Amino acid sequence: MENKDLVQYIYGIADNALILGQRLSELCGHGPNLETDIALTNISLDLFGQTRSYFQYAAQLLGEDKTEDDVAFLRTERQYKNVLLVEQPNTNFAYTIARQFLFDVFHLSLLENLQNSSDATLNAIAKKSIKEVSYHLRFSGDWVKRLGDGTEISKQKIQEAVNALWRYTDELFHLTEADKVAVEGRIGVDTSQLKDAYYEKVEELLQEATLTIPEEKYFQKGGKQGVHTEHMGYLLADMQYMQRAYPNMKW
Amino acid sequence: MSEAQIKNLEEMFEQRIANDEKIEPKDWMPEKYRKTHIRQISQHAHSEIIGMLPEGNWISRAPSLRRKVALLAKVQDEAGHGLYLYSACETLGISRDELYEQLHSGKAKYSSIFNYPTITWADIGAIGWLVDGAAIINQVPLCNTSYGPYARAMIRVCKEESFHQRQGYEIMMTLAKGTPEQKEMAQDALNRWWWPSMMMFGPTDDMSTHTEQSMKWKLKRKTNDELRQQFVDQTVPQADLLGLKMPDSDLKWNEEKGRYDFGEIDWDEFWQVVKGHGPCNKERMAARVNAWEEGEWVRDAAMEYAKKQEAKKLNKAV
Repeated sequence: MENKDLVQYIYGIADNALILGQRLSELCGHGPNLETDIALTNISLDLFGQTRSYFQYAAQLLGEDKTEDDVAFLRTERQYKNVLLVEQPNTNFAYTIARQFLFDVFHLSLLENLQNSSDATLNAIAKKSIKEVSYHLRFSGDWVKRLGDGTEISKQKIQEAVNALWRYTDELFHLTEADKVAVEGRIGVDTSQLKDAYYEKVEELLQEATLTIPEEKYFQKGGKQGVHTEHMGYLLADMQYMQRAYPNMKW
Repeated sequence: MSEAQIKNLEEMFEQRIANDEKIEPKDWMPEKYRKTHIRQISQHAHSEIIGMLPEGNWISRAPSLRRKVALLAKVQDEAGHGLYLYSACETLGISRDELYEQLHSGKAKYSSIFNYPTITWADIGAIGWLVDGAAIINQVPLCNTSYGPYARAMIRVCKEESFHQRQGYEIMMTLAKGTPEQKEMAQDALNRWWWPSMMMFGPTDDMSTHTEQSMKWKLKRKTNDELRQQFVDQTVPQADLLGLKMPDSDLKWNEEKGRYDFGEIDWDEFWQVVKGHGPCNKERMAARVNAWEEGEWVRDAAMEYAKKQEAKKLNKAV
């Protein structure tokens, strides 16, 4: 596999961690109580830690003195390959939890497969991240249950959030050109194979949370090709502000 | 209990403190001791929580991944400090909800420094260096204070604060050694944060009301003015090392006294901010109240779910 293809494959995984980490970091100091605030920040920190491991590897593959920060901050919107789900805003706590849960189930199963990658670096990052992501899933799954089987209000809010975000789940299992090359080279994971188990697991927990499984027929896609929702531009303007306003400086 | 008995208990109590013994939650204590400690510990906890806001303002815009992670972890540490200080306070017989209520209604105070805005990245460096630096000077003596839970919480807080301070100074050093634009950003942050940091030690000794009692209970070991002097003497050489200029034209080394002389603090500004009219008092309070109110349905759901789970367990047992 050529370096440029491998880098694209890495973006497809790492950009999810970066963008979701960024979204969660916006909540630091504004949580519903201190314990939840600390837990969400922990998840954000884990995701940024994973992002750095992937991007340091990508920077090394890119050569030309590229750094993790060039990769993180200096691409244009179309060059970010995260799925649409993770860029969705923190509308309220229910959206934050639903987004997290719908991503965590996928993320864990991706990593469980990526740890068998023939690429030693990706393999090692996956092994290290599995522990963290299992915890993320426990946290988000527990909260889906609490909100679903909590009060009338919380049930209504989490159901609304799950319904609204459901249309972004199908994209998790689409294969890009870079994904296909990586799968052929036994480096990447064929995510289309993870789909059935994903919905089974998600639906099982939603039922336990006394929630209704959405019957959405129409799904959204495009993030993996760099065609994002309107939220993404603002997220990047915020995240890239310093690097764009003060180029070529050390911080 | 008769007056004589209470007097006797009070004498024994003061004697224990004089002997450097720790007072623990279940020990008898004078009502004034309890109230003073609730006031001080909760004020400290509130300061940690409000203190998350000005720095949190830069998490999403931190200039590199390394800085972003460090800042996020730092703000999270502050949440942790808040958590164990609230817990220490709860041992004195007041609930966390009551403490929040006091904060949100404006009855309880928090450190005025957090009512200043963070408008550039350099402010994050300046806060770590100056604000955490001043906080450490205020807080280190509290590791030996008489109330056990507070003293133990402070040992941990101080360890983490000194790490934060080094991190802040390192941000300033990077800026000071950077491009002219970065150096200017660092100087501007120092100009804006120096005087508010000096105010963190409170009014001058002749204006300070609580000092004598606090000294006896080891809530204080040095006076406001002594601590402020220590801060100046410690910080001026650090600014020199950065190549930055202190915004005080009266600042100079006093050979005879072996310390720095410095200019007059703007006490009108100090009182204005304390009374709620600083640049960000209203915004800080609004952010806290909003987080609390928006979180109510979430906390209610968690309580309700826990009740349902408990009932299920009981049903099974039957």
